Amino acid sequence: MNKTMLILQREYLTRVKKKSFIIMTFLGPLLMASLMIVPVVLASLSDISKKNIAVLDETNWFSEKFESGDNMIFIPVFDSFAIEKQNILEGKYDALLYIPQPELNVPNNAELFSLKQSSLTLRTYVRNVMKTEVENRKLVASGIDPRVIKESKTSINILTIRLDEDGSESKSFTEVQVILGLLTSILIYFFIFLFGSQVMRGVIEEKTSRIIEVIVSSVRPFQLMMGKITGIALVGLTQFFLWIILTLGIYGLFVALFGSEVMNAQQAAASGSFLNQTISEEQTLTSQSIAQVFEVIHSIDFGVIIFGFLFYFIAGYLLYAALFAAIGSAVDNEADTQQFMLPVSLPLILGIVVSNFVVNNPDGSIAFWLSMFPLTSPVLMMVRLPFGVPYWELALSMTLLVIGFLFTTWLAAKIYRTGILMYGKKVNYKEVWKWLRY
Amino acid sequence: MYFLEAKEITKRYANHLALNKVSIGVPKQSIFGLLGPNGAGKTSLIRIINQITAPDEGMMFFNGEHLKPHHAQKIGYLPEERGLYKKMKVGEQAMYLAQLKGVDKQTARKKLHEWFEKFEIEAWWERKVEELSKGMQQKIQFVVTVIHNPELLIFDEPFSGFDPINVNLIKEEILNLREKGATILFSTHNMASVEELCDHIALIHNSEKILDGAVDEIKRQYRSHTFELILDNLKFDHKAIIPSDFNILSENTTSFGEKIIKIQSEDIVDSNKLIEEILPKATIISFKEILPTMNEIFIQQVQSENMNDQLKGTHFKTLSQKQA
Repeated sequence: MNKTMLILQREYLTRVKKKSFIIMTFLGPLLMASLMIVPVVLASLSDISKKNIAVLDETNWFSEKFESGDNMIFIPVFDSFAIEKQNILEGKYDALLYIPQPELNVPNNAELFSLKQSSLTLRTYVRNVMKTEVENRKLVASGIDPRVIKESKTSINILTIRLDEDGSESKSFTEVQVILGLLTSILIYFFIFLFGSQVMRGVIEEKTSRIIEVIVSSVRPFQLMMGKITGIALVGLTQFFLWIILTLGIYGLFVALFGSEVMNAQQAAASGSFLNQTISEEQTLTSQSIAQVFEVIHSIDFGVIIFGFLFYFIAGYLLYAALFAAIGSAVDNEADTQQFMLPVSLPLILGIVVSNFVVNNPDGSIAFWLSMFPLTSPVLMMVRLPFGVPYWELALSMTLLVIGFLFTTWLAAKIYRTGILMYGKKVNYKEVWKWLRY
Repeated sequence: MYFLEAKEITKRYANHLALNKVSIGVPKQSIFGLLGPNGAGKTSLIRIINQITAPDEGMMFFNGEHLKPHHAQKIGYLPEERGLYKKMKVGEQAMYLAQLKGVDKQTARKKLHEWFEKFEIEAWWERKVEELSKGMQQKIQFVVTVIHNPELLIFDEPFSGFDPINVNLIKEEILNLREKGATILFSTHNMASVEELCDHIALIHNSEKILDGAVDEIKRQYRSHTFELILDNLKFDHKAIIPSDFNILSENTTSFGEKIIKIQSEDIVDSNKLIEEILPKATIISFKEILPTMNEIFIQQVQSENMNDQLKGTHFKTLSQKQA
């Protein structure tokens, strides 16, 4: 077995040392981390520093209504418009909010002056305050208490609860499960294709460079095949874990360096200190939903999902990698792989296509059978898993996958050991069938 | 006792018989030539010796023991179709292949550096294989074939791709390795190198062994009783000098007036008697028996086998003229 280790080592090291691997390893997390960081940066970029805003309210309707928050301080001013405008130019205030006396009786105009482009938050806030005030005044004028309107607003919130067979309840919130299921199954799909085809290319490389004959005179073809498959699996896992660690690392570093600002930005976004007037039922609904999402997340059995993910991730790869190795051994160059690639990749693609239907009916018979069949189960069981799958089904699916993996490896080894020594022959299915019976 | 012995090896592929009860015996410390036209079954036999494939029938013995997987470490194999990982560095790759043959890391590094120095390729250690010429790659391949001090070396067309200077270098090394105790099996179409290097040969044709033995013996066995004489001061016409039971094959005169005469007899010749007969009639400058070359024996054997096959009406197979 020492030689299998040597082969594994070579397969692993030559790939990990490749420039493309190193670039991918760093580019991936940078992309992921920037997806997390950019929104925060954008949020914090929008006016963190305190701003003094002069309010020249000719109507006298609003000056009391603007509330100063952490970032904005509203200062009522009473000089003429021309003088206040001059003050802005001199930098006395950051911005001037000018609400002119309307020509009709309802004010519906305001002007915001500043040296720099004024922020969206400020504009939105000013608009909201003015709108609410004008609406309230209109309601009062018509003899309606604004509170009545406020109280009459209703929103409907549907809580879905799953009854388990033993009668226990678990709150479900399908969106979470759908996202979790699709995400993990797509990850497995990509992993299998990406690294499975690396196995295939590796075999073709050995065949076309003719080094294969020297190697199989030192080790058994099966050892070479298994060394290659496991070596590349480790490359994949290394990349995967580096991605996770680096993504978290970059994000963590960012938070550590710009932590206070991020916190400020988040506070500013969440506190609603100057939006509290407009907090409506919609927002209470969202916060309620968020709480619900968290509740659902807590109710999902992450132990099972992580275990299932790792299992299907690895076993699914092993099953397909053996088939990819067999394809590689049967052809002389990559262009000839087409006819064999199709039947091998079809079940995987089918799995991804069907997964969109399975999320709607995770316990249906199609979902059940495809999550048992070893060629599709790595993708489809992952789709079903977040919705909760009976343990016996999971155990059966895993057992079948292991049997499937042993079978494809056995099959592939037979094709492989003949194929690698076969040159210059256009191989078809009939030929491969013959090799199987040697 | 033979160092390597194949007993009645038969190998069938789905639609043809690759080897039909082939037996060979390679004496220890000899250089054994495995000859035969393309497609005769040489590669099949070599693959069986390397345990890349298994025979359907028959037995292989390595130094008196049944051939087992652990013997692979005592065999060095240079296949005809050979290559290296293109993207790997030369040193790294040589280390890897040496370790696959069971050499530990320190020994492998030390010995590789010794060989690299000997072949003057030390400077390539850090280079990638794809940057090297084909001849350079061949040198590296030769080194990794012999790096684990194998007791049995199998070379399949070892000289292809080398320039004459390197062919000599490799020949010397092969002889050197034999000196040090290695047994060498080599398969080639190059009959000149067979004559030069091989002690024993086996000729395989159409999956069967048709001839084997020591090179000298085979040559004697196929002697055609042909002699070459160089004579001077002829007292008679050359036709009168040569005894009548000889056919005169050719006759030339050199610029010095010497006659070069080639003669052949149907029967076994007592050369002393022949000399006695000629001696009074001319000055004998040179007298030698011309033994057939391995090339001639090879062609003659293969062609007569083909004739037999045709007569028998069995698997008729045209021998490519390239062999001839």
